[in-house]
Amino acid sequence: MAQATIAQTDAVTSSGSMITASGEPLKVSLARAERRKRLTAFFLVVPLLIFILITFIIPIGDMALNSVRNPEVVTYLPRTADAIQEWDGQGLPDEVVFEALVEDLREGMGTPAIGRVGARLNYEKSGMRSTMQRAGRAARQLEPPYRETLVERDATWGEPGTWRVIQRESSPFTLSYFIAALDRTYDDEGNIVQVREDQRIYVQLFIRTFMLSLVITALTLLLGFPIAYLMAHQPARIANLLMILVLLPFWTSLLVRTSSWIVMLQQQGVLNDLMVLVGLIGDDGRLLMVYNQTGTIVAMTHILLPFMVLPLYSVMKTIPPSYMRAARSLGANQWTAFWRIYVPQTTAGIGAGGVLVFIISIGYYITPALVGGQSGQMISNFIAFHMQRSLNWGLAAALGTILLAAVILLYYLYNRIIGVDRLKLG
Amino acid sequence: MTIQMKTGLLASAAMGALVATAAPVAAETSLTVVSWGGAYTASQQRAYHEPYMEQNPDVTIINDDGSANALAGLRAQSQAGNVTWDLVDMLPSDAQLACEEGLILQIDHDEMLAAAPDGTPASEDFLPGSLGDCFIPQIVYSTVLTFNTEMFPEDQQPSSIADLFDVENYPGRRALQDRPGTNLEWALYADGVHPDEIYDVLRTPEGVDRAFAKLDTIKDHLVFWTEGSQAPQLLADKEVAFSTGYNGRMFNAAEVEGQPFQIIWDGQVVEWDGWVVPAGGNNVEAVMDYLYWATDSQRLADQAKYISYGPARASSGELVSTHADLGIDMNPHMPTHPDNYQTPIILDNEFWTDYGDELRERFASWMLN
Repeated sequence: MAQATIAQTDAVTSSGSMITASGEPLKVSLARAERRKRLTAFFLVVPLLIFILITFIIPIGDMALNSVRNPEVVTYLPRTADAIQEWDGQGLPDEVVFEALVEDLREGMGTPAIGRVGARLNYEKSGMRSTMQRAGRAARQLEPPYRETLVERDATWGEPGTWRVIQRESSPFTLSYFIAALDRTYDDEGNIVQVREDQRIYVQLFIRTFMLSLVITALTLLLGFPIAYLMAHQPARIANLLMILVLLPFWTSLLVRTSSWIVMLQQQGVLNDLMVLVGLIGDDGRLLMVYNQTGTIVAMTHILLPFMVLPLYSVMKTIPPSYMRAARSLGANQWTAFWRIYVPQTTAGIGAGGVLVFIISIGYYITPALVGGQSGQMISNFIAFHMQRSLNWGLAAALGTILLAAVILLYYLYNRIIGVDRLKLG
Repeated sequence: MTIQMKTGLLASAAMGALVATAAPVAAETSLTVVSWGGAYTASQQRAYHEPYMEQNPDVTIINDDGSANALAGLRAQSQAGNVTWDLVDMLPSDAQLACEEGLILQIDHDEMLAAAPDGTPASEDFLPGSLGDCFIPQIVYSTVLTFNTEMFPEDQQPSSIADLFDVENYPGRRALQDRPGTNLEWALYADGVHPDEIYDVLRTPEGVDRAFAKLDTIKDHLVFWTEGSQAPQLLADKEVAFSTGYNGRMFNAAEVEGQPFQIIWDGQVVEWDGWVVPAGGNNVEAVMDYLYWATDSQRLADQAKYISYGPARASSGELVSTHADLGIDMNPHMPTHPDNYQTPIILDNEFWTDYGDELRERFASWMLN
């Protein structure tokens, strides 16, 4: 279209700018044609955009929001949330606050309100769930002054800490979930401090997740590079056979592959039996290779290997063999030619495979759950735990958001250092 | 919200698929019953569902193995406003939380459940402490310590929870469940705390420290399991010498599959399991009719023909007979049999709903380090 417009251009104005046959400046006409092209292109991708928006952007945004959303206290204890704002955090709050609480409880009894607030507050202070339930049941018979009668019934109401938690969580948004996700908590003065040493888990899990993912990425590269090289430099018949061997496990069910690794690696398993048979180890010295980190690393390396081999292969396929020959003829030995001429040309494939394997393994869930034992668990296993078992969706969302942020940061760094335009996925 | 909705949609899509396949049977009512799957669902299928469907040809019962994440499912369905489950099998602690959040219906036990054959009202016939505001117990099950008899010399077979913590006399790896429940109780019990006082001790920070200190003594010998089926598998593969596990699964492995397992009933941790009715379901009336029938004395006793869990009604005890396929007397395999019920620890659900969040994190941290 743009070319057609140019072809029609047969006049040049006196001022020197070109105009079309219809007398319009060429620039304007060109811009319009370009715009139309962009619009067509845009409409073609609209279905995909909408799909991504609905199935990806909105759920992820919503998940991220869940990590700060804190509606329980505000919604279900509105009077208390209001009254406690005035409290200075010293000693116990005034009778007004106690009265507001009793009123809220009376209203909430018989509805899900008290259960939800109790569950929410229990994340911050163990025992709050049953404290709320007991207070809810007793609310109708309570007589003023409520401060005395409530504390008498349940000493938890006499602890300033209880009220600090309620005060802190009586705003519609909270950072508590992120604080918990970083193994931090609030102390009595309201400062953010690390939790007791024997309760810290998430920070070291994040670190472990990244370390394991790095190890797995390195191993897939180490194992995948020679295979890809072989595939790229063999005649088509052999290369195709190798390709099928790489892809066959790729097409097999993930669960089947993971379970087969259990059979292979367990103490009474194939590998241990073989080693005992050939006398490599004694019968009582069988190795622990599964239900620990080794299990996770072995199984995940195997499962993710195709994600490294395929991009490497597609890059190696395009490297002309004449480059290596040229290097050799200019006096480089086999190793120098390989290391200085061949390997640098595969970086696009290494980068693509590396990013792919690393990002997939960071979020891997089912394999570590099955073969990881305790030492092979990753952060995603705890996210699933909080989603499905403990139902602390806020904490799950916070952990997920941190993981997502870390991946985006790594991707950004990768882009700055190596450049995303050099990625080659196949 | 979207995440919940998505789960809800998925669940309803799955439901839709199930209903579609069930449609040719010309069912007027189809009930989705959520349970634990495996041998347990099979026992319910044979003891309850099949006889009930025979009597009521217009009702179809569809099994869904979603009980492990039942609370999450109930919450998601309730928030999405699309309740597709009609009846759910769950643990009393989860039922308590769901009840407090209004996700399941309150039960008037005497009104809604059958009396015992001798006329004792349901509220008195069910074992003491088993009924909840929204919860109808079916079975008593227990978490027991089991060992592989081939892993120990004949004159040196373990017999108590204390032996689990005695790695010198009873060497070999041990498999525990990967959560604090039952493990902390056993640590204290082995440390000399009387079963009735365990939760009083655990409510104090010193008590928790004491339990973890006891667990520390065997930490190097531990393996952890997550799903109920892993425990007998680990024992059968001789990956471990001891494993904790559900008594029904251990019975199945030992008696049905003939594995050389021995259950140690000392310190068995006893808990109930039972039905709850989701609020806002479409077939509440049909479900109530089913429940009235499926929880009467004979039906609860019938379930024990297929799996070694004790019926939750006192009046069912004398009706327990022999295993449907093996023909062996089921009574000695019941957690509630007097010989087995010498030193039980009754799981305190109130305690675990209060302290579960905190202790699970501490236990997870302990397992990692």
